[in-house]
Amino acid sequence: MTIADYERAPTVAGEGAHAALAEKLGRIWETKPGILGWLSTVDHKKIGIRYIITAFAFLIAGGVEALVFRLQLAGPNLHLLTPEQYDQLFTTHGMTMIFLYAGPVLSGFSNYLWPLLLGARDMALPRLNALSYWVYLCAGIFLYAAFAFGFGPNDGWFNYVPYAARAYNGGPNIDFYSLGMILLGISTTVGSINFVVTFLRLRAPGMSINRVPILVWGTLTASAANIFAIPAVSLAFFLLWLDRNMGTHFFDVPAGGSALLWQHLFWMFGHPWVYAIVLPAMGMVSDGLPVFCRRPLVGYTVVALATVATMVLGFGVWVHHMFATGLPDVSLAFFSAASIIIAVPSAVGVFAWIATIWTGRPVFNTPFLFFASFIILFTIGGVSGYMTGSVPVDWQLTDTYFIVAHIHYVLIGINVFPVVGAVYFWFPKFTGKMMGERLGRWNFWTMFIGFNLGFFPMHISGLLGMPRRVYTYADGMGWDWLNFITTLGSFAFAIGVLLFIVNVALSYRRGRTAGNNPWDAPTLEWATTSPPPPYNFVVIPTVASRHPLWEGRLGEPDSHEHSYVNAGLVLDQGRETVGTTPLDAQPDIILKMPKDSFAPVILAIALTAIFIGLVLHIWWLAVLGGLATGVDIIGWLWPERSLGETAEPANG
Amino acid sequence: MAEPTVLQNKLPVGAIDTRASGWWAMIFVIFTEASLFAYLLFSYFYLAVQPHLPGTFPEGGSPSLALALPNTFILLLSSVAVGWAQFNIERDDSRRLALGMGVGAVLGMVFLVVQYFEWSAKAFGLASSPYSSLYFTVTGFHMAHVVVGVVMLWALFAWSLMGYFNRVRYAHIHIGALYWHFVDAVWLVVFFTFYITPLLGVKS
Repeated sequence: MTIADYERAPTVAGEGAHAALAEKLGRIWETKPGILGWLSTVDHKKIGIRYIITAFAFLIAGGVEALVFRLQLAGPNLHLLTPEQYDQLFTTHGMTMIFLYAGPVLSGFSNYLWPLLLGARDMALPRLNALSYWVYLCAGIFLYAAFAFGFGPNDGWFNYVPYAARAYNGGPNIDFYSLGMILLGISTTVGSINFVVTFLRLRAPGMSINRVPILVWGTLTASAANIFAIPAVSLAFFLLWLDRNMGTHFFDVPAGGSALLWQHLFWMFGHPWVYAIVLPAMGMVSDGLPVFCRRPLVGYTVVALATVATMVLGFGVWVHHMFATGLPDVSLAFFSAASIIIAVPSAVGVFAWIATIWTGRPVFNTPFLFFASFIILFTIGGVSGYMTGSVPVDWQLTDTYFIVAHIHYVLIGINVFPVVGAVYFWFPKFTGKMMGERLGRWNFWTMFIGFNLGFFPMHISGLLGMPRRVYTYADGMGWDWLNFITTLGSFAFAIGVLLFIVNVALSYRRGRTAGNNPWDAPTLEWATTSPPPPYNFVVIPTVASRHPLWEGRLGEPDSHEHSYVNAGLVLDQGRETVGTTPLDAQPDIILKMPKDSFAPVILAIALTAIFIGLVLHIWWLAVLGGLATGVDIIGWLWPERSLGETAEPANG
Repeated sequence: MAEPTVLQNKLPVGAIDTRASGWWAMIFVIFTEASLFAYLLFSYFYLAVQPHLPGTFPEGGSPSLALALPNTFILLLSSVAVGWAQFNIERDDSRRLALGMGVGAVLGMVFLVVQYFEWSAKAFGLASSPYSSLYFTVTGFHMAHVVVGVVMLWALFAWSLMGYFNRVRYAHIHIGALYWHFVDAVWLVVFFTFYITPLLGVKS
């Protein structure tokens, strides 16, 4: 490397096909075939797809668990499951859906889509991205291995002490849950850091922050929140592990500890997390829905601001999970007010989506149906949340099936429906094939009717006083037929999900060829081929508006600047992308991107070894894992000339 | 207009100053670590205001400053040494860079040794009471961060001696120093919480 390589003015290519350049970039960015390439790749698209597939595997596992206990609850006094089995099943179901599906599936979409939406060649920290996936996978296997041996978590997903204390839960179940959650927290944290840095540094030249897609705002906001919120839950679980294994007294009330400390730490994380697993999904709707309304989103700026405002307020509402714990009235009043005010930014989104449909020319196809139905389900889930934001109502409804209905309207309505819609929307980009539309309609209506049939009656059983988490109930309580309908609906919903999986499999094998931009959508991911090449874009796009591919037809004056997607910076001296300033996205550096590396997968294994050692009290394994972690990180961070991290040799 | 008009002058290539992706990543690592300590200290104050038997929070009365106060200055000095190292690499002086890093690392190790004596002198153990659990857990978390920081400073020391850095290319130094200054700063908060607030009346 000569001194000239440390500084250069990148060449700019004009409009054209750039076939030779594309071939050169292909050689530079391609991952090696075979198992070694599979383990070492840092390609955000491969990682994104892995995230999505793994998350769906957990969705199916969590769904099957739910079907089993819905059978148990189909009628009064059934004994398909013992109370102990029921406890493990419903807790594992909650843990799976909330931590192993809902968050990671959105990380998957954002991993895949972000660099394409932003006009970059990869995420800012590609190896960290790979680490984030491997640690997620290891944490999922860790938690599910415990479940397979009968050591799944069994005190509800929020795991309140003293139930979860050693004295009342002597098995290793909660130890596996605690340490598994800390391991998963590492994955979420490094992934979130990667998103925030990518947002700040890797947007295409000209993509100032008022031009980024709403999905990016959603994931950015969620990631920023995770950075502040994840330590609370990791700490809570670590302190609980210490209480259970080292005899500490954090949550030990007779010794002067506090059971409410657990609830505070858990919900300081838990409530922001609820927003972290819905805001990116809302972002997908904000970007996807307008494509099928044939117009830009109404109120881009207020929707972006509302996204951020929801999250900020979301940090100030955690006590609404604790209204029934006997806290002082002034605290209840404050948190109740905050919980009710948060309806305002949420409503901004709802009205923006409705206005987009209202003033657009909607195309009623499958992705549109999923995105539009999300608005209805979000409204129902939002209203039931608004109701329980009121203290007296919450006192009546807390720990009843009303809350179960609410959380499922929120999580299935705002996460699963947009995610399935997003698969229909972006599947052509992922695979180059269209998904089947006819089966898609069947898929949608089965899921939509099944979901409402299954979950709406829970509101009523809750109002009639049915407590959540009971493994069975006596007859004559007035709950029988409601539960029977709920079970029927949940099976119908499951059939809908099955149709979705069938559609994905069939479409993958013999779907129609998609082309670059089958929906005529406006954002940058549709400017490249389907599926995209390993380097995403032959030249780095230059962005002059929110809708680079719709310019010239939105009635903007001719004098406007234009975006360029086939002309722009040529970065072909190894793996490179351009770094831009955080607000205005002006180029300020050529970033060298790392090659494929085994450091992430090895680090994930080393970290997992630590946690296996801790949970089984094999201390030498934990120490060995710790040493391997240290060695791996030093190797990973060793300054590399090829990344431009070291000084040029003297007089070079 | 057939070509975008973004390009003007030369751009640096690779990782330099605050334009390195790693520098931004470290900023957010620090945010998340700072949050961790915020939650730890929240736990301390939350348990501190619960009812306790007299003399159990802090256990055995306010902790002595005899070792902790000088040790605080040792840690601050190590930050000064690392800052001096940063100052020198900006003037292309690799030897002083390495020296500053080495001195910083040694002072970090001295801090750990003094903390060991501080721990050994305690009349209570981890499992004695909520206070003792908090004391060892919070200071333990901090010591773990110091251990990571010391290993990192030695790595930077070695890389400095290997001539990896000059006045333009020193992103690693910048990023590592940021972490070390954080570890020192957060100690001030931990120190204030455990050693000073009992003197101000936060005890029962």
